[in-house]
Amino acid sequence: MKKRGLLNGIKAAGLVAFAAFFLSGCSSDQLIVLDPKGPVGRTELHLIYLSVLLCAIVVIPVLAILVYILVRYRDKPGNKALYQPKWDDSKVLEVIWWGIPIVIIGILGVYTVKGVHTLTKPPVKNVNPITIQVTSLDWKWLFEYPDQGVATVNYVEIPAGVPVQFELTADGPMNSFWVPQLGGQEYTMPGMAMRLWLQADQPGTYFGSGANFTGEGFAHMRFNVIAKPQSEFNQWVKHVKDTAPAMTNDDYAKLKKQGLSHVKSYSSYPEARFRKVIDKNGGQYMNMDQNKNDMSNMDMKH
Amino acid sequence: MLDNLKDFASHFFVTGDPLIYGADVAIGLTMAAIIFVLFYFKKWGWLWREWLTTVDHKKIGIMYIIASLLMLFRGGVDALLMRAQLALPNIHFLQSEHYNEIFTTHGTIMILFMAMPLMFGLFNIAVPLQIGARDVAYPFLNALSFWMFFFGAMLFNLSFVIGGSPAAGWLAYPPLSELTTSPGVGENFYIWGIQLSGVGSLASGINFTVTILKMRTKGMKLMDMPLFSWSVLASCLTILLAFPVLTVTLALLFIDRFAGAHFFTMLHGGNPMMYVNLIWMWGHPEVYIVVLPAFGIYSEVVSTFSKKKIFGYKSMVFSLMIISVLGYFTWVHHFFTMGASANVNAFFAITTMAIAIPTGVKIFNWLFTMFRGRIRITQPMLWTLAFIPTFLVGGATGVMLAVAPADYQYHNSYFLIAHFHQTLIGGVVFGYLAGLYYWWPKMFGFKLNVKLGLWAFWLWNIGFYVCFMPQYALGFMGMTRRVYTYGWDMGWAPLNLISSIGAVFMGIGFIFQVWQILYSIKYGERDTTGDPWDGHTLEWSIPSPAPEYNFAVLPEVKGRDDFWRRKEEGLDNKIKEKDLKPIHMPKNSGIPFIMSAFWFVAGFGFTFGWTWMIVIGLAGVAGCMLARSFSKNNDYYIPVEQIRKTESKYGRLV
Ligand code: HEM
Ligand SMILES: [Cu+2]
Ligand SMILES: [Cu+2]
Repeated sequence: MKKRGLLNGIKAAGLVAFAAFFLSGCSSDQLIVLDPKGPVGRTELHLIYLSVLLCAIVVIPVLAILVYILVRYRDKPGNKALYQPKWDDSKVLEVIWWGIPIVIIGILGVYTVKGVHTLTKPPVKNVNPITIQVTSLDWKWLFEYPDQGVATVNYVEIPAGVPVQFELTADGPMNSFWVPQLGGQEYTMPGMAMRLWLQADQPGTYFGSGANFTGEGFAHMRFNVIAKPQSEFNQWVKHVKDTAPAMTNDDYAKLKKQGLSHVKSYSSYPEARFRKVIDKNGGQYMNMDQNKNDMSNMDMKH
Repeated sequence: MLDNLKDFASHFFVTGDPLIYGADVAIGLTMAAIIFVLFYFKKWGWLWREWLTTVDHKKIGIMYIIASLLMLFRGGVDALLMRAQLALPNIHFLQSEHYNEIFTTHGTIMILFMAMPLMFGLFNIAVPLQIGARDVAYPFLNALSFWMFFFGAMLFNLSFVIGGSPAAGWLAYPPLSELTTSPGVGENFYIWGIQLSGVGSLASGINFTVTILKMRTKGMKLMDMPLFSWSVLASCLTILLAFPVLTVTLALLFIDRFAGAHFFTMLHGGNPMMYVNLIWMWGHPEVYIVVLPAFGIYSEVVSTFSKKKIFGYKSMVFSLMIISVLGYFTWVHHFFTMGASANVNAFFAITTMAIAIPTGVKIFNWLFTMFRGRIRITQPMLWTLAFIPTFLVGGATGVMLAVAPADYQYHNSYFLIAHFHQTLIGGVVFGYLAGLYYWWPKMFGFKLNVKLGLWAFWLWNIGFYVCFMPQYALGFMGMTRRVYTYGWDMGWAPLNLISSIGAVFMGIGFIFQVWQILYSIKYGERDTTGDPWDGHTLEWSIPSPAPEYNFAVLPEVKGRDDFWRRKEEGLDNKIKEKDLKPIHMPKNSGIPFIMSAFWFVAGFGFTFGWTWMIVIGLAGVAGCMLARSFSKNNDYYIPVEQIRKTESKYGRLV
């Protein structure tokens, strides 16, 4: 009797934990992936929902069938349910359960292929995009604005409503650049320049982090993405230009050293620093097509 | 002189962390205790003759299982340490570096030194018996495989107290794992630990492929084979193609580190992305290597405990094979965000989703095996039943991950951690546990206690959901994997706490299983029939535990589930005295053990770059090979008299 009580206790604890999970975890403002603030994140969210729905079509009935079969065909004395030990084959049934998944995967596949292609293009066409070059360092993020000439560390400001093309590289171990509310991540790799389109609909501050492990300081590689209306963004650029120091080659060398860093701003940075770092890390071996989003035209001969 | 020595020791031994001193003490005490017991009971000779030199597949299987359960313990302790560190924000229980070492060793140990050997253990126990063979095709090689795995695992584990553990993740991506960013010996331990055991795995793959193709008993066509044996074949064929890739990849990484080459650095024209491709060309098939045999076990268990033939046998075989082939065309789904072109990503997304189809078919077939059957809820069946919902959800989240654009959001997040633990624990660990409970009486001649088993079962299962379900949500909350700490700001605290509580439940579940085994050794229900579950396949037609020659007379079968047919037709499984003939068996040999020990020495030398030690190790290996190639007299015959004695003890002789 005592033992049963304990077993029930465990079950109860499990239930409580589940309840706590649904009550505490699911306040939706914290589930930031499910709360996108830009067109890229929204495209991805729709695919998430579609895949959940299509999977549920299979998972839920199968669970129900499992429970039904378990109840009905238990080996209990007096169970009158049909017993057919030799029945092991049915063409009709097999066709059904090869067929249904094929159809479901087919549907999902079509939307996946579409989505993959959508995300390689800027999310809106009628606005001029802005480019920001991102370098992941041990263990900080450096952002440079080739058109504005300014640079920041561990935070990045962007104009709201404007597609941003992030160009990504690493000067150190490979990392991954992720701003969940604006859209999915992309790797930063030494010697390579990857491209990632993101866009914020509204002004706001969005959480960003490194997603690929890079050693000791990795857990602290967080940054904020601050979206502002275009005019305020321009003011911010001007403010940085007027008040922040210039980044010298020495400053960059210091940033590159292993260690954490506070947020910083620079009114300028060494000429073509981004390109040089890529080449220094072996980028000359990889003639990447500057107009492509991916590495499909990369020349790996050397 | 003394100062030099001190200086050396402080680099050689890992120092500075009370946890590690604790481990040092624990390891020291355990070793001392084992040595004491062996001396006290004068068991050295017994250990050497009966176990260390054995070539009997059943004993090798048991050693695999013991070693893997020990590794499950080590990996589990790692898991609990990590979950303790993550239970609340800003805990200072583990330093960053230490946390990184722990998740690296946890992942490596769980996959390579827990799942793989547990799988090989079950292969060894069940395959020869299922196909009516007296042994595997190459018994000597089988012993060598085991000892290579064992010494590889020991080398890897040593890094915890000597030299320092690897900390670059269980797949050791460069440039992080290169010398510039991981200058210690940890990555070398990683490389050599895996290389040694990898040789063992490849050899086992060959061994079981040949065993299944060549050693089936009279009358057993491939399409009559039990599904577990089919799944072993599928898994082994995958090993044959995947493991050489791993060996080469790690060898290249080692050359980078050891000889300053640049295969995987951009600097002189190498490319880290090449490593990522190569390692996943092994890594993805690897997950199918471990899960396919679990599918085989589920098929055996469901059919036996539903008192029914397996539904859709041909479909089951076909889907096993399709999965093992498709498994080679999906590796890019591990780095959709690494800049492959849209078409490449689309291709790999579709191939990945496609695997869900044959897997789903298997689930339907299991369900319809139970349909119109008579379901007995025994311990193996319980784990199988728990597997179905767990794997359904894990498979569904796998399909979600396969949608490449959506994966840009899940990748490297806790959503992924939840998914792969759901499939690895729900699919692989539950499956192997089911197999362990199922074949336990065949191995040891007694059943495991049900009551303690039920406790373990519920603790594991509840703990599992409490631990991993919240992690899906944590992924949606932006929590990335491999972070050793986090703040209060993101609201990750409650779910992490719940998750850690779940992990503790699973830990207690494991303790119950250890208790269950110890208790049942003494009080477990003995199996005198050899057929405790009313089984369908040949392994149940012989006594438990199986005699060293397995079958006194090799059976001749007429189709699938032949043992079941014989029982239905009222035939017994007695042996006729006049059919007995002397049985040809391989002799024990110390060479596999000694040779692997020399490999260990060489691996240690490579790890520290000590040439003299490498030379000793490799010379020893060469010596063992020579000794083997000149050794005659490697076999013997079991005389009829002895077989007669054994069989009549079980009352099987007429
Ligand atoms: C028994 C309960 C288990 C618990 C509580 C657990 C917990 C964890 C935790 C906390 C991590 C680290 C997550 C992170 O910070 O990135 C992890 C990683 C991992 N686990 Fe487990 N785990 C368990 C069982 C298993 C099993 C059975 C396997 C494989 C068969 C496995 C394979 C892995 C792998 C491959 C990693 C990734 C390591 C890496 O990132 O390099 N785990 N696990
Ligand atoms: Cu790249
Ligand atoms: Cu994979």
